[in-house]
Amino acid sequence: MALQSLDIARRSATTTSSPSVRQTTEIAKLIDVSACIGCKACQAACMEWNDIRDDVGWNFGIYDNPTNLSENSWTVMRFAEVEEAGRLEWLIRKDGCMHCADPGCLKSCPAPGAIVQYANGIVDFHEENCIGCGYCVTGCPFNVPRLSQKDGKAYKCTFCSDRVAVGQAPACVKACPTGALQYGTKEQMKDHAAKRVKDLNERGFKSAGLYDPPGVGGTHVMYVLHHADRPQLYSNLPADPGISPMVPLWKGIAKPLATATMALVGLAGLFHYVMKGPNEVSKETEKELEKEEAV
Amino acid sequence: MTNHWVDIKNADLVLIMGGNAAEAHTCGFKWVQEAKQTRKAKLVVVDPRFTRSAAVADYYAPLRAGSDIAFLGGVINYLLANDKIHHEYVKAYTNASFLINPDFKFEDGLFSGYDAEKRKYDKATWGYQLDKDGYVKVDETLQDPNCAFQLLKQHYGRYTPELVSKVTGTPKDAFLKVCEHIAETAAPNKTMTILYALGWTQHSVGSQNIRTMAIIQTLLGNMGMAGGGINALRGHANVQGITDQCLFGANLPGYLTNPLEKDKTVDDYLTARTPKPLRPNQMNVPQSYPKYDWLPKLDGAYDTLALFEKMHQGKINGFVCQGFNPLASVANKKKVGDALAKLKYLVVIDPLATDTSEFWKPHGEFNEVDAAKVPTEVFRLPSTCFAEETGSFTNSGRVIQWHWKAADAPGEAMSDREIVAGLFLKLKEMYAKDGGALPDPILNVTWPYRIAAKPTPEELAMEISGKALGDVFDPKDKTKVLVKAGEQLAGFAQLRDDGSTACGNWIYGGSWSQAGNLMARRDNADPSGLGQTLNWGYAWPANRRIIYNRASCDPAGKPWDPKRTVLKWSGEKWAGNDIPDMRPDAAPDQGVGPFIMNPEGVARLFAAGMADGPFPEHYEPFETPLDKNPFHPGNPKALSNPAARVYKGDMEVFGKAKDFPYVATTYRLVEHFHFWTKHARINAVLQPEQFVEIGEELAKEKGIANGDKVKVRSNRGFIKAIAVVTKRIKALDVDGKKVHTVGIPIHWGFKGLTKPGFITNTLTPFVGDANAQTPEFKAFLVNIERA
Repeated sequence: MALQSLDIARRSATTTSSPSVRQTTEIAKLIDVSACIGCKACQAACMEWNDIRDDVGWNFGIYDNPTNLSENSWTVMRFAEVEEAGRLEWLIRKDGCMHCADPGCLKSCPAPGAIVQYANGIVDFHEENCIGCGYCVTGCPFNVPRLSQKDGKAYKCTFCSDRVAVGQAPACVKACPTGALQYGTKEQMKDHAAKRVKDLNERGFKSAGLYDPPGVGGTHVMYVLHHADRPQLYSNLPADPGISPMVPLWKGIAKPLATATMALVGLAGLFHYVMKGPNEVSKETEKELEKEEAV
Repeated sequence: MTNHWVDIKNADLVLIMGGNAAEAHTCGFKWVQEAKQTRKAKLVVVDPRFTRSAAVADYYAPLRAGSDIAFLGGVINYLLANDKIHHEYVKAYTNASFLINPDFKFEDGLFSGYDAEKRKYDKATWGYQLDKDGYVKVDETLQDPNCAFQLLKQHYGRYTPELVSKVTGTPKDAFLKVCEHIAETAAPNKTMTILYALGWTQHSVGSQNIRTMAIIQTLLGNMGMAGGGINALRGHANVQGITDQCLFGANLPGYLTNPLEKDKTVDDYLTARTPKPLRPNQMNVPQSYPKYDWLPKLDGAYDTLALFEKMHQGKINGFVCQGFNPLASVANKKKVGDALAKLKYLVVIDPLATDTSEFWKPHGEFNEVDAAKVPTEVFRLPSTCFAEETGSFTNSGRVIQWHWKAADAPGEAMSDREIVAGLFLKLKEMYAKDGGALPDPILNVTWPYRIAAKPTPEELAMEISGKALGDVFDPKDKTKVLVKAGEQLAGFAQLRDDGSTACGNWIYGGSWSQAGNLMARRDNADPSGLGQTLNWGYAWPANRRIIYNRASCDPAGKPWDPKRTVLKWSGEKWAGNDIPDMRPDAAPDQGVGPFIMNPEGVARLFAAGMADGPFPEHYEPFETPLDKNPFHPGNPKALSNPAARVYKGDMEVFGKAKDFPYVATTYRLVEHFHFWTKHARINAVLQPEQFVEIGEELAKEKGIANGDKVKVRSNRGFIKAIAVVTKRIKALDVDGKKVHTVGIPIHWGFKGLTKPGFITNTLTPFVGDANAQTPEFKAFLVNIERA
């Protein structure tokens, strides 16, 4: 959606090289789940900045609302009540696009330039190029993109790439009242996370840690978790996310193979033409055909 | 707050009880996180529900709604029994050593002087023993059986961990764990801050809930300290400001008490209210009213409950309802609706089309009313909201901050200033033309605004701060002019009782001085690192950020914790990182006490001013799941607060546990702001539909599944809502009985963008705290079933 074309590092379904003159720093958003109170200010800020509004919904016996991501809700809070050994924890996780270093959506997208990755790490959808095939939905290990009922195009968190491009923090981070959301370079965020993990260790959370899953090359949205050994406690955050084997199969082997097959067919046709000349219908055959039609 | 928002970061322990700061005070809650992350502070939450504050707490303990005094009384007992108090502080800065009238008694749940018929105490025996000079007798050894310290020990000795657990339902080990955390802050260089809100005030023992914590904080030596204090988190964006300017019928601006009918002359009034020092050398704050005769004299109570009671009796004709939605926010919606229907006219001044403004209109089952039977004429005057005008906000930490208009108001909306000025000028015109019973106060009131119909926020702010009408002289040198006629005063110390000065509210004195609008200052320089930022806005009184800050030093004037120096005695004067709450030249050896608003000069462990007893005592809510008060099983008079006011007709509609077996408590959610944001799209999206919360065990017993529609009934009516079945509300073991809690968020109504809902206060009882008359919204009885 944004226009910082000089910073585009990768484009979906495109083989020409991307601009590489300008260097930018890798950025990240850190979500400190241990400091999050689930106030949904980030959800409100996301709606405000991006000018999107979900419908006024219903209550289904949970605090989560809107209850799921949608083309109008690019981030939602997921509330999980976890009780172990008599100790209750209310684990509240802000869900949305993780901005993977190795993005499954981009890799599976067949529409040229519909999904891009900027040099700073942000993965962004350019809806004007989207063909609505939904492959990004299948390709995402975090179940994030949503197809719009209205225009058939896919939507998700942009990391406020328009704000970031002009040196502003994403709207959700700006709105977060408790400092649970932090924004900076990926290195800064890792440093901040290390401090938070130490503090959590001292408070008795021995398995606290940073969630930056290597299966997708690391992410540009990272979590500080009290129980980093069990991410699935946090409303099924995947323990070891990776791109579905179908995507590399399709993009890595099947697609080039298919392309090669098609090229071969074309080549064979050309060869045939050169060797045999154009495929001509003989006079006799023509007459026979005319007779058949007359019957 | 005795301290302020930023100061929370200086705490070693943050206790949230009687409130839910993460949800109701989300922005301020950042300072709790700051304390945790930079000071390694601990956060402890005590609440009937595992709230979003509890979600980030180091320790959480449940308790039964309405049993806070039992819990806190148990803490007092723990501190005294385990000698975890700040001895020097207690001896020097509290009335621990003061001798109490030997006739003072506490027997079988009642203090001496109780009149059951009037539901009132005669406080004759609650006083101090005075010597021939009128000073209180003291026993510095704290051994005299009649000294406040010994009486305190005796009173709370009954609050054993076993009994506390039995009454509160808090498991004993959880209670003791909280006690341990609190006790650590008895060290002179450790502090606890307590953050509370309506979870303590909205009880029939509301004021005493806070008193109990005040006793704890003084025993621990946490008052006046950075990172300490008693911190009331105010709800509405400017409720602190409106309270300061006199929200309550019994007050004048700046918490001066309103004259009563019996105070015939200004001398009567002043004699009754000017305190005489009760210990040598204490400070004294005088009051003065030149035009006393024109002040209205109260002939009774005018708090919200009293007002609606009078209206319900048909004794009120007209009601101007400004920025208030009583149909939704006052107890017992049916009674409020019936009361409004007895008015001739109702004027609603509000930015929104409130539920109150349509109390007469049928809205299906959410507001069943026969409009034909309501004679009340309703006028709706649309006003601006806060962002549509310039003015000041006063936050919970008493910091007054100027704000600037951000947008024009829509449609025909006018500012409250213009609406009220218009009404006033019309009334004045009518009084001038037609006369009336007492036209003088109306005809002669000062109205110096450039455009009479449009007083500006700046004009009002300057008037509130105060100016010199004539030259103001130095009391030490009568020839020296301190302030010239017409100039703004620098603070309330320059006010005079000779008519040479005028001030709208003494505690705001100096907020707009000759130097300009100090509320508009935005310098966040913080040289001490304590977050005092003395050049940001203006804090009342006198730009002081931490009240009672003299108590942050030992009697000799040395800070208890030099790392968090708020102020100290330099040898000549008090100075440091705050405005001293002390005469600046009062040398420590003069013994001027740090609690300067008390004639004792010290904090009160024993406080005779309270309506319901000098020591807080646990009484059950007026609707209780128990048959008797476990502290006084033999005395039915001591079941619920014996001094709480109950109107005729209301006692009868209190529900009984056999019909309504579950404890209900009402509260706010972070996604909404009172009854406003149901009108705002984004808030409506974030929390769209009315719900109630119940524990898994109760849900199973009643066959209620998560997401089912349920009907919640009290003896006053019912609401229907979606059931949120949760692990966060547990059944508690209280006095051998299993007690379930039903949690009821308040934000829905029949007007707005959220899905239409029921007014929660359909359920709540019409009874208030014995001192402040704040309604008991936090503990009452209901039943619940699938709808």
